[in-house]
Amino acid sequence: MSDRLNFDIAALKAGDRSEFARLVEETSPKIYRLLLKMLGDEADAEDALQDAYLKALRSLPNFEERSSLSTWLYRIAVNEALMVIRKRKPQVALGEDNGEDAEDAPAPVELADFCCLPEGELMSGEGKRQLNRAVQTLSPALRAVFLLRDVEDLSVRETAEALGVSEQVVKTRLLRARLKLREELSAYWSERVAAQKVEGE
Amino acid sequence: MDEHTHEHGHCRDLLGSLSDYVDGTLGELLCADLEEHLRGCTNCRVVVDTLRKTVELYHLESEDDCLPPTVRERLFSKLDLEDYLKFG
Repeated sequence: MSDRLNFDIAALKAGDRSEFARLVEETSPKIYRLLLKMLGDEADAEDALQDAYLKALRSLPNFEERSSLSTWLYRIAVNEALMVIRKRKPQVALGEDNGEDAEDAPAPVELADFCCLPEGELMSGEGKRQLNRAVQTLSPALRAVFLLRDVEDLSVRETAEALGVSEQVVKTRLLRARLKLREELSAYWSERVAAQKVEGE
Repeated sequence: MDEHTHEHGHCRDLLGSLSDYVDGTLGELLCADLEEHLRGCTNCRVVVDTLRKTVELYHLESEDDCLPPTVRERLFSKLDLEDYLKFG
């Protein structure tokens, strides 16, 4: 949404209700999608959505325009999601100590070439559920980077701004996230790939 | 039988470049190096193809997500914006 946002920031900061309603109208579908995929639960995503916009409403007068409005909103939303995840599992650290930022990504293991499967099958109801399940296997830090970059289409710089990390950290986490998802999907589709090979012979 | 393994050698070195390669932002020299390697390494080719496909599937999947009307209504209500619901 970064390129299409065109709001009167002065009006928003001054508390203009109509302009705020327009901001919510235009941005909430994407913010909800992000939260749903971050949290994997509709009720939690809705609560976080409401809390994120309440926080945005309160913080707007102090919005310093160092980043774009959309990046700022994404940042608030990701922080809400991370807070929910932290409450669920307070014993699990969300920071950078889980190996996410190590130089070397784990080597690929699964080599099932699922590209050969029909798109209708990959994108079937079950295929889509598998995509969502795979995202939930990522650590919250990797999930946030992947969703902002590959689902919400933010640039590396915007993703770094939204998460308060360096661009290098975004790149490292993105590679790890993509490789992990590739492993998950390859493992999931491996039997179908093998069956298709047999059918083809 | 392909004895090739991804635990050592050139494949391991190139792993760090795969994201940039899939995004089309890899530098010219590294890109040429990677493509030369891919021509002779079936396993790496599968990894690159499935990595690219993975990113593509998530792009496609994100297109049909939307905000359920009831969630939208409750959000507007929570923010005291009911008067603006008609815009939807």
